[in-house]
Amino acid sequence: MSIALTTQIICFSVLSLVILIGALGVVLLESIVYSAFLLGGVFMSVAGLYLLLNASFVAAAQVLVYVGAVNVLIIFAIMLVNKKEDLKPISDIKSRRIISTSICLTLLSLLIRVDLTNVWSLSSPQNSIGEESTIRIGEHLFSDYLLPFELASVLLLMAMIGAIVLARRDVMSKDISTGLPVDQELIEKSSEPLLTNKN
Amino acid sequence: MEYGLDLEYSFNEFLKGFGLSSEIAHIIWLPLPMLLVLVAAVVGVLVTVWLERKISAAAQQRIGPEYAGALGVLQPIADGLKLLVKEDIIPAKADGILFTAGPILVLVPVILSWLIVPFGQNLLISNVGIGIFLWIALSSIQPIGLLMSGYASNNKYSLLGGLRAAAQSISYEIPLALSVLAIVLMTNSLSTVDIVDQQSGAGILSWNIWRQPVGFIVFWICALAECERLPFDLPEAEEELVAGYQTEYAGMKFALFYLGSYINLILSALLVSILYLGGWGFPIPVELIAKFLNLPINAPFIQVFTASIGIVMTVLKAYLLVFIAILLRWTTPRVRIDQLLDLGWKFLLPISLANLLITAGLKLAFPQFFGG
Repeated sequence: MSIALTTQIICFSVLSLVILIGALGVVLLESIVYSAFLLGGVFMSVAGLYLLLNASFVAAAQVLVYVGAVNVLIIFAIMLVNKKEDLKPISDIKSRRIISTSICLTLLSLLIRVDLTNVWSLSSPQNSIGEESTIRIGEHLFSDYLLPFELASVLLLMAMIGAIVLARRDVMSKDISTGLPVDQELIEKSSEPLLTNKN
Repeated sequence: MEYGLDLEYSFNEFLKGFGLSSEIAHIIWLPLPMLLVLVAAVVGVLVTVWLERKISAAAQQRIGPEYAGALGVLQPIADGLKLLVKEDIIPAKADGILFTAGPILVLVPVILSWLIVPFGQNLLISNVGIGIFLWIALSSIQPIGLLMSGYASNNKYSLLGGLRAAAQSISYEIPLALSVLAIVLMTNSLSTVDIVDQQSGAGILSWNIWRQPVGFIVFWICALAECERLPFDLPEAEEELVAGYQTEYAGMKFALFYLGSYINLILSALLVSILYLGGWGFPIPVELIAKFLNLPINAPFIQVFTASIGIVMTVLKAYLLVFIAILLRWTTPRVRIDQLLDLGWKFLLPISLANLLITAGLKLAFPQFFGG
């Protein structure tokens, strides 16, 4: 066995272990902050798997989008609303757990079946495009995947406009749920000048 | 165009001369450039800390460090030793695991990014195809470390500092990436070596700064903001937040933050010089000098000369930019958080988008000047 192959196997097993344990931790840990940080770790390990598959551009994009944007925003949101309060105990927690576990197991068995029955066309190492993949991805995005690409950008634009409308209070003069007029002042009101009040 | 020194090849050939197989030679070679880069980064930090002390002293009409070595050059080493032997304190109510992992997550991506910094045609650790994109992706990991240490410190100032740091680096990443994209558009490649090669045609005249002046300024502002240097050091604004996310840190963990921020500064300066100032290129093309001296470009003497000129030029340009950054730090006041976010989202983002569009248009109109 060559050294390169050994390294690949070691990397693959470490990454898969981290992904499995991390993903379990995201679901099972009580502390939401730990879950969020573990999610970042899982995203990083997935990027590592992409690297092992010679898809360096996809790996970097995974880090940039999932770790740098999605996970940071999740953590940001958690920390901004981090109230130290105990969650209310749910009465029928046991039956809920059983249902969710069985759904997950069904999905898992489906995936395993797909994996075993499908004939995967593996490209030989000579045919792998490696560093050229960036160019290929660009070509595909602007030819046969143009419509999904543009639709995704329209979707993002809609989400952005929605966020701006929600954040700008002067657009909505009434509260949606109560119908009362909304206080349109800034949250951080400018404080009184310190020096003028002295005399 | 494969000229220049290939140290890896000659080193492997040298080891094979002792009867080692090429795989073992490769394994012996692998740690050397990594070690070299670590040493280079740490020495770079020591020099920058000394410069910072001396230049700040000059800006405030003081003398600065004087007794440790000639002109106080050993002062940064004394600082480092002091941090090494200090007690490692974890506050009682802090979250031990996250408190320790935070500084590591801040430092590791920065050092990893040195992978793509070229000092010459073959003088870089790895000429990865995604090059500069790797740096953008890696630098987006840092905010997680900052948020982590801010949260784990269990201190309101730390948490606020961490949140500010994350908000700042998310906002400034977008104009930064867009101005890099304009360069990539002109180069047709993400690789840092290709970016420098593209600027090497006519010496100083073909540097990207003349073709991308707006991109250069946007990139420099964003790089300063990403490094959390004054005028953008809001995450650790002393008067408001004690020291931001570093408030509870002491000893070596604090030193990791300190190292991280200075390595990041040097890295940003190096990348500015690679993207806009011709990287290892001499203001007059080396080929011209060789022709003038009637020497073939592949002569061993010329190759060693080119390599050393390359290293000297890269470091010189980077330290010129570090000097400007230090001067900025000690002469400008800090911006407010709303001014910072306004600058990022309402000014730099539209400008860098327009710059990208104009670059694309110019590339179509004048392909010979803007990389066809």
